[in-house]
Amino acid sequence: MDTLVARYSRPAYQQENQFDDIEEYDYAADSVSGPSLKFAMPPVAHPSSWLRAATDDRSNPHCPIKIAHGTTTLAFRFQGGIIVATDSRATAGNWIASQTVKKVIEINSDLLGTMAGGAADCQYWLAWLGMQCRLHELRHKRRISVAAASKILANLVYQYKGMGLSMGTMCAGVTKEEGPALYYIDSDGTRLAGNLFCVGSGQTFAYGVLDAEYRYDLTVEEALELGSRSILAATHRDAYSGGFINLYHVKESGWEKHGFTDTNPVFWKTKLEKAEFSNVTSDFSEEV
Amino acid sequence: MSSPFSINGGACVAMVGKDCVAIACDLRLGLQALTVSNNFPKIFQYGDNVFLGLTGLATDVNTVSDLFRWKVNMYRLREERQIAPRTFANLVSSSLYEKRFGPYFVSPVVAGLDPKTGRPFICGFDSIGCIDFAKDFIVSGTASEQLFGMCESLWEPDLDADALFETISQSLLNAVDRDALSGWGAHVYIIEKDKVTKRLLKGRQD
Repeated sequence: MDTLVARYSRPAYQQENQFDDIEEYDYAADSVSGPSLKFAMPPVAHPSSWLRAATDDRSNPHCPIKIAHGTTTLAFRFQGGIIVATDSRATAGNWIASQTVKKVIEINSDLLGTMAGGAADCQYWLAWLGMQCRLHELRHKRRISVAAASKILANLVYQYKGMGLSMGTMCAGVTKEEGPALYYIDSDGTRLAGNLFCVGSGQTFAYGVLDAEYRYDLTVEEALELGSRSILAATHRDAYSGGFINLYHVKESGWEKHGFTDTNPVFWKTKLEKAEFSNVTSDFSEEV
Repeated sequence: MSSPFSINGGACVAMVGKDCVAIACDLRLGLQALTVSNNFPKIFQYGDNVFLGLTGLATDVNTVSDLFRWKVNMYRLREERQIAPRTFANLVSSSLYEKRFGPYFVSPVVAGLDPKTGRPFICGFDSIGCIDFAKDFIVSGTASEQLFGMCESLWEPDLDADALFETISQSLLNAVDRDALSGWGAHVYIIEKDKVTKRLLKGRQD
């Protein structure tokens, strides 16, 4: 690992174009007017370990650069397509930096990506992926498959392995050849196809609800409700998840947005009408 | 491993009004990201109008609140009268300093009315007993920075009991909504001469 890091560790004045030689495909040449692959590196001997020391708030809560973390995202395949749902909270340490983050990234009109881990990493690379998908369309005169799109991203993050990228993302789309397709990609380079994934600090809570109620033959209505309920459970128990529930349904005709709903009214409605969340009191009568 | 003060999370605030004081806390108890309980009040009563708020490490919140229950009971038996807020504050201070080299990981807040003059009294402490007397408000817990911001902007002198309730409730609720480790409901006490009102607040559950 250190030898790999050392290869890319040079003083700032030598840094230009240092990533050109690691491209197996010349993405950089395509990026004239879009996100580029040329990054300025910190002028220190070991940029990746320096950056890790400066940004890893788990091992060092007083690190000088705080990156937004904390999430619950889920996506699952079912008879009617794919449901994608996320919360909307961004935290920097214990500070809630935002309650209105859009963690579903619309790569194009029929591909969705989800965002967990470093907010900037996900936003940048999924936007970049959208550009690659469009270029693929222009070159091959047909829409890119979800498998291919996810692999472009997986290969890209693998190139940067060990350099401190932090992302756990899901790519969801429906194509003629594949049907509904769902892939999980993370910054370690993992790429998995599957029926059901939850990613982020609240993933365990979401899995709890989702696994209990999930069936492939869910109706669209049931599936949307299950996605939303799983996120709600996670926002309740996980301190670093919360805000709004962002719901999407991906079909062959493209994705469809099903709202960006505040969890608070949804929570109290679920509690009072369905008698769930009995751990929370709803008796606010005055005491003396 | 994070600081003992922010493992369990929690927030507390006390405010002075006209012939009244208020003290409020959130209800969360967590283990880092995991919320374990949403019914963990952090305010304890030690006399007709003497209240103590304790934030920090939950095990120490329990230990310290029980310790003062014992100390205040012993005081009442010896002196045959209730403890005054200012006396209690000094008891808290010296008890905490006894553990100077192995402190309880708590940030206490005292609120009450002086039994003789009826004057509002609030103060806060660090974990080893330094008293912070204040004429306006005291904050503590993982949302203390947010609470400072809310209190600095909402608090004004000579609020009556109803206005004070509104002010302290809005301050706490909006502060904890910007802190990942606090919230999940709140308790508010409004302390007036011969009347204490306790209210439960409905807060966000995320």
